[in-house]
Amino acid sequence: MRKLLRSPKIVIGLCLSGAFVVLAIVGPLVAPYSPNASSSTTSGTPMPPSAAHWLGTTQVQQDVLSQLLAGGRSTILVSLVAGAVATVLAVLFGVSAGYLGGYGDDLLSMVANVFLVLPALPLLIVIFGFIGRGANPNDVLIGAIIAITGWAFGARQLRAQTLSMRARDFVDSARIIGERKWRIMAFEILPNLVPVVATSFLFTVIYGVGTYTALSFLGVISLSHWSWGTMLYWAQNAQAAQQVRLEWWWFVPPGLAVGLFGTGLALLNFGIDEYVNPRLRAAGLTGRRARRAGLPRRPRLGLTAVLPAGVTAAAAAAAAGRPAAAMDGGAVSAVSATAGGVIPGSAVAGPPVTDPVLPDEVQQ
Amino acid sequence: MTTTAVARTGEAGTGAPILEARGLTKHFPVHKARLGATRSVVHAVEDVTLALPASAITAVVGESGSGKSTLARLFAQLITPTSGTVLLDGKAVTGRERRRYARQVQLVLQDPFSSLNPVHSVRYHLARPLQVHGLASDLDDDILALLERVSLTPADQFAVKFPHELSGGQRQRVAIARALAVRPRVLLADEPVSMLDVSIRLGILNLLAGLREQEGLTILYVTHDIASARYLADVIAVMYAGQIIESGPATRVTDSPSHPYTQLLLSAAPDPDRAEPPSLLGRGAPPNLIRPPSGCRFHPRCPHAMAVCTDGTPPAFDLGTGHFSSCWLHAQGLTSAQSRPLAGAGRGTGAAPGGAAGGADSAAGGGIRGAGGKHRAAGGAADGGKPITDGRTAPPPRPGPAGPGEEKR
Repeated sequence: MRKLLRSPKIVIGLCLSGAFVVLAIVGPLVAPYSPNASSSTTSGTPMPPSAAHWLGTTQVQQDVLSQLLAGGRSTILVSLVAGAVATVLAVLFGVSAGYLGGYGDDLLSMVANVFLVLPALPLLIVIFGFIGRGANPNDVLIGAIIAITGWAFGARQLRAQTLSMRARDFVDSARIIGERKWRIMAFEILPNLVPVVATSFLFTVIYGVGTYTALSFLGVISLSHWSWGTMLYWAQNAQAAQQVRLEWWWFVPPGLAVGLFGTGLALLNFGIDEYVNPRLRAAGLTGRRARRAGLPRRPRLGLTAVLPAGVTAAAAAAAAGRPAAAMDGGAVSAVSATAGGVIPGSAVAGPPVTDPVLPDEVQQ
Repeated sequence: MTTTAVARTGEAGTGAPILEARGLTKHFPVHKARLGATRSVVHAVEDVTLALPASAITAVVGESGSGKSTLARLFAQLITPTSGTVLLDGKAVTGRERRRYARQVQLVLQDPFSSLNPVHSVRYHLARPLQVHGLASDLDDDILALLERVSLTPADQFAVKFPHELSGGQRQRVAIARALAVRPRVLLADEPVSMLDVSIRLGILNLLAGLREQEGLTILYVTHDIASARYLADVIAVMYAGQIIESGPATRVTDSPSHPYTQLLLSAAPDPDRAEPPSLLGRGAPPNLIRPPSGCRFHPRCPHAMAVCTDGTPPAFDLGTGHFSSCWLHAQGLTSAQSRPLAGAGRGTGAAPGGAAGGADSAAGGGIRGAGGKHRAAGGAADGGKPITDGRTAPPPRPGPAGPGEEKR
C-alpha cells in the first residue's frame, strides 16, 4: 500500500478524483443557492463571476457554482454506479467464461462480443427515450442502464486474465482438495485479479462520466435534472460559447469538471497498471538509469528528460545500482558532461518521459 | 541397504492395491489440425496399467514427456482419461464424486512456487481442505499439528506467513501438509523435489519415507531421477513415451535392469564413484508422440532392436518376483526372421547394436533430459530420418527450437 502511494500518478489521481467525490457528497449542502433559483427575474444576460456569484450566473440568473455542485453529485453518482454495476457484470461474465471454458465460455463470450459491438450511444438514446424523461429520473437507474453498454470490454479483459490464471498450479491444487467451482473463481482466482478489476472499474467510471454527460447534453435525460451535461446543454442552448459573448464561466466549469475527474481516474488507472506490470515502469527506468550513468543504451526518438545540474556521481551511481566507489572515472566524467542538458542525439519528437517511481534524488 | 530394501519390498508385495490404473490412455488434441484433416493427438499416456500397493512407495520414472505427470494427474482425476479406468479399492471411480475421491487421494504438484496461491496465508491453505471435508475439530490446533507433521516449526509462526515469505522447500512442505490435511490414504507426488535445491531434496524425500513408515501412507512418487527413486521407492515403474516399459521391486529394477531403456537411464545417471565416463547404451531423443513409432516405441533408439520390435508392442514379460519388462528380448521362441537385428543399413531408423558406446555423451544426455525432446522427437520415425550407422558419427541433438519440419507444418 505504501508502495502504491509512492507513485505520483496514483497520488495525484487519488487527490483529484477523491476531491470530486467529496464535492459530490458535501457540495449540494454547501452550495450557496438552489441550482434552480433565479436571483433576478428581470435580467436576461449571464453575469460574470462576482462576490455574490463566484462562478457567475446563467441567462436566467441561476448560480453556476450551485448548479456545478448539484450537477456534480448526479454525474459522479451515475458514473460510480455505472462503474460498479459494469464491474460486477464484467467479473461475472469474464471470470466464469475464462474458468469454465468450453461451451459456457463460447456462450458468455458471444454475449460479451455482442455488447461490445453494440453502438452504445444510439442504444442508450433509444432506451432512455423508451423509459421517458421523468421529472426526476433516478440516478442509480441511469447508472445501471449505462453500465449495460460498458461492461463488455472489462469482461473480455478479465476472461483473458482468468484464462492465464486457470493454468496456474494453485487452481489445480484447489481442485485437488475438492473446492467447488464458484469458490475457486471467487476465492482463488478473483483475489489475484484485483488490479485488473480495479482498472476495469476505473475505466467504466470514466466511460460513465462521458456517456452520462453526452446523454444529458443531448437532452435525452430530463433537462430539469441537474448534471454537468445539462449545464452544458443550457449553455449551448443560450449560445454562451459564441465568440461575441463568450460566457466562459457558464460552460468552462462543467467541462473542466468532467475533464479533471476523468483525468484523476485515468491517472489512478495508469498508476495501478504500472504497479501491476513493473515492465511498464522498467521500460522507462532502465534507459534513464543507463543514461544517468553516462551509458546511453540505445538511441531513442523523443525529448529525453533534462538532467538536473546538481547530479553527483554518487547519485548517478546509486541510480545505476552500484556503490559510488565502484564507479570508474570515465563514467563520472560522462555524467558531468551530460548533466544539465538535453542528451545529444535525442530528437525532439514527443513528450518528455515522466516516471513515477524514480529515486527521490532525481525528482527535484 | 540392500537387505532392508528387499525386506521393504517383501512387505510391499503383500499389500493389496488401493489405487489402480487399468488400461489408462490419455490423448491430448493438437490444435494445428488442417482443414479436413483428422485432428491429430498427442499420445501422452497409452494403455497404462499400474497398481499402487498399500503402504508402499511406487516410483514412476521417466524422462520429460514420457507421460509420468499426466499419469499422476489422471490418478488425481484432474484430467479425464480418453479411455481406461482408475480403480479405488477395486471400484471404478467416476467423475461425479470428486469430493469423496479427494478425501482419499491427494496430489502434490511439482512447482511449489505456483501451487500455493500468493494471496492466501499458510493458515488458509491448510484450513480449506479441513473445512471442505468437515474434518476440523479445532481448526487452529489441527493446522498447527499439520505444520509440525511436515517439520515446519515453530508452527504458529509459519501459519501466519504468506507463500512469498517462504523458501521453496518450506513451500513444498506446506503443499504436502495441505495434501495430508484430509488424511488421505494415497498421496501422489508429482516430481516433488525437482524444483528444489539439491540441498533440501533429501529432507522432502525423508519426509515422504517417514509418512509411509509411520502412517502407512500409499505414495506414488513421480520423478525423472532414477537414483532418488531407488533411494525412496519400494516399486519402480519406468515409463517411456507414454507406456510403462519395466516395473518391479526397486532394487531389482535398478540392480538388474531388463529393458534397454532402463539400462540407458541408469547408465546416464551421474555416479560419483564411477571413474571413467559412462558408456551409454543407446542415444537419441524421445519419439514424436503425435505419431509414435510402430511396435515398441523405444526401437528407434534401442541398441538391441530386432525385426519384431517394429511390428508389435511387446507385452509385459514376467521375469519373476514381480519384475515385468515390456521388451521382446525376453520373449521365448521368436523366429529367426523376428529376431533378426535391425541393422543401420536399409531401414535407417534403428541403431546398430552397441553402436552408441562412448562418444555420444551429449546425444544420450540430451535424450535423458529430454530437452526439447518432443519437438525434434524421433526424426527417424516421423520423416524417414537420416541413416545412422555409428554412434561416433551420429549427430548430437541439435539445440534450439527448430526441429524436423514434419510437425512444424
